[in-house]
Amino acid sequence: MKRKIYNDLLKILMVLATIITCSIVLFLVIYVMAKGLPNITWELLSTKPSILNNTIGILPDILNTLYIVIATIIIVLPLGVGAAIYLTEYAKNKKIVSIIEFASETLSGIPSIIYGLVGMLFFCEFLGFKTSLIAGALTLVIMNLPTIMRTTQESLKTVPQNYREGAFGLGAGKWHVIRTVVLPGCVDGIVSGCILSIGRILGESAALLFTAGIAHTLNDIINGLSNSGATLAVALYIYAKERGEFGIAFAIAAILLIMTFLINLSASLAGKFLKKRKNI
Amino acid sequence: MKKRKLIESIIHGIFLILGLVTVGCVLLITIYLVVSGLPAIKEIGLFNFLFGKEWASTAENPKYGILPFILTSVYGTCGAILLGVPIGFFTAIYIAKVASKKIKTLVSGAVNLLAGIPSVVYGLVGMLVLVPGIRKLFNIPDGSGLLSAIIVLAVMILPSIIKVSLTALEAVPKEYEDGSLALGATATETYFHISVPAAKSGIAASIVLGVGRAIGEAMAVMMVSGNAPNMPSLFESVRFLTTAVASEMSYSNGLQRQALFSIALVLFLFIMLINTILNLFLKKNKETTK
Amino acid sequence: MKKIIAFIIIILSASILSGCGKTTGTVSTDGSTSMEKVIGALGEAFEQANTGITFTYNPTGSSSGITAVLDGRCDIGLSSRKLKDEEKAKGLTETILALDGIAIIVNTSNTISDLTLEIIAKIYTGEITNWNSVGGSDSTIVLIGREAGSGTRDGFESITNTKDKCNYRQELTSTGDVITTVSQNPNAIGYASLASIKDSVKALKIGGVTPSEQTVKDGSYVIQRPFVLVTKTDVKLSNTAQKFFDYITSSEVSEIISKAGAVPIR
Repeated sequence: MKRKIYNDLLKILMVLATIITCSIVLFLVIYVMAKGLPNITWELLSTKPSILNNTIGILPDILNTLYIVIATIIIVLPLGVGAAIYLTEYAKNKKIVSIIEFASETLSGIPSIIYGLVGMLFFCEFLGFKTSLIAGALTLVIMNLPTIMRTTQESLKTVPQNYREGAFGLGAGKWHVIRTVVLPGCVDGIVSGCILSIGRILGESAALLFTAGIAHTLNDIINGLSNSGATLAVALYIYAKERGEFGIAFAIAAILLIMTFLINLSASLAGKFLKKRKNI
Repeated sequence: MKKRKLIESIIHGIFLILGLVTVGCVLLITIYLVVSGLPAIKEIGLFNFLFGKEWASTAENPKYGILPFILTSVYGTCGAILLGVPIGFFTAIYIAKVASKKIKTLVSGAVNLLAGIPSVVYGLVGMLVLVPGIRKLFNIPDGSGLLSAIIVLAVMILPSIIKVSLTALEAVPKEYEDGSLALGATATETYFHISVPAAKSGIAASIVLGVGRAIGEAMAVMMVSGNAPNMPSLFESVRFLTTAVASEMSYSNGLQRQALFSIALVLFLFIMLINTILNLFLKKNKETTK
Repeated sequence: MKKIIAFIIIILSASILSGCGKTTGTVSTDGSTSMEKVIGALGEAFEQANTGITFTYNPTGSSSGITAVLDGRCDIGLSSRKLKDEEKAKGLTETILALDGIAIIVNTSNTISDLTLEIIAKIYTGEITNWNSVGGSDSTIVLIGREAGSGTRDGFESITNTKDKCNYRQELTSTGDVITTVSQNPNAIGYASLASIKDSVKALKIGGVTPSEQTVKDGSYVIQRPFVLVTKTDVKLSNTAQKFFDYITSSEVSEIISKAGAVPIR
């Protein structure tokens, strides 16, 4: 009898916990969408804020987010994929491998506010980039390096060793083998790492507050990167906490939520699609 | 042929450098934090800094004790873990073992969505729903404080705990569970007495991840915790190590600014310490269970 | 493959290098959050009248703005308090742009609408802790204030004589934040720039005087402070910055300043 009560209690706890988790998610999504979607107007999405006309627009923030994502991905991909290639293909010394992997794990554990601080000190002040999107992008590069490294590494490991051996047997050099045999085989891992990073970049705010700033000017990509600018997440914080414009804040939150959902969807779809292609 | 060899070694060198970039970054961050953080600690005095109870950075006689921040971060993280781990743990077991395939995909999708939500969105909802809610529920003057922060942090670490525990639980070999069922245990008993201990290190790793996330969160917490440098108490307005840095950084100068760097240094060392201790503990456990 | 890499490198270096070095055609301001509406409106009007010039404003707080102009990180610093003597001694000049009242705000559900300066001081130092002592409901007063470098806080504390004696429940980093927080808590009281007040909060009368452009101008509303432009004494402003400076200190912008909620003095 006691045993049955014990079993039932555990079952109840499991179901209860799952219900709590799901209701939290449901509540967040419904609440944010209900408060945010009505505020998403064409005017909001396509203009910049004007004090003279007393209007708010988030086009600059959308563009800034786009610029920062592009800049970060362009820089982090070669660095991360290169490091992963080194770890799986070139490294012979076990000690170096463990040092690099330890460094990568350490980086992924550092809180984003510390990244923001060091980014401000190093990129903005020491290297002289001032408060700018490019300083923010470089900070984000360091933050996302471990993610790209890890996903690329795992993908590299799935390439069968005999592919490489076959190519070596035919007389190809190491770099040639990597370029033509190994890399194409791990494109799915690189792509999923990219998508994961984009998701993280979209949500990042603490690291960007002091490095990329909070301005709302409309710029093309080159001017945009060298000036300060708020991304969507940072703009949400400013509009909510410092201006009390909750309607706008919820609208941005709804947009971010939709983007997160789309990114999760594309990550799983891309994973399945590319895996299928690989196995043909 | 020689040219080919030369190209190959150059490329090897390039990749070596790329590989060492991560190490370089860690060194950079550590050096910067130490160099910027030590001067203030020297001037304020290590004991006064770490154990001083009063933080008044811009008063006539400035005081720079960060004990309130350290304790708030510790209590906040413990609170978040106490709330988040049980819920996450039981949810993970349910998803891994009990749920049908349909429910599993649904709930996993929901958890993934939760994991991707930016922290400022949590802060926004916390600010407008949780804070007034706590104020009305407990009949206190102001709802923003440690409790709101703990609840927000618990929700934020939930996806990390669920996802990592899930992976660990699914990796438990089926033979373990089949053996237990054959010996007469119920399914539920099997899960909790066989699968969970087998996945112990993964579950512990998820807790470490949760701790790291909770202690490092700044934005969401800044929106719900009130930001006054008090000693922590559940309904008091409090300041964490992270929010202490974030809230004063933009307008600080001189010793105050350097003191903020020192706080960041303390935070950094704290996290390194926690990670090292927990990882050592995990490795030790792994060896004894083998 | 190689061509693509080379192309990307060219784009990257072009986009990075073109950002370094001071670009002409910008005027950067930094500082007080209370001045956000006023300087924002002026900057926008200036940009509309002078295409090709970019105006930027960084809301970091009065003290931080003064530091920024000292360090050379911006052209014009913005402060919502007068410069201290030691700041002037470092080589800074102050030019008053406009006057601004500091409104004492409470939640719209609060029944109180008029308090004297002495009572407000007592509330902020903690002598009076419950709204019913001043005629309101029986609830604890929640004190909202600004961070230590704020010009608004400096103005409030010096006029009410409560410097370093205030026991805030929350110390927020911008005027907007104070307004938001007070609008959400029925027991809260705070101070914020009059120019930024919205209908979401109620501004108290001080000793019977309603805060408005008129009462600030003639001095009957006593809680007020100047909006100050801070520049380096011996360093000439760039052409665009000087143009902006002359524009906003002329009398043609007084209507823009009024519309933004501050009190023009020219």
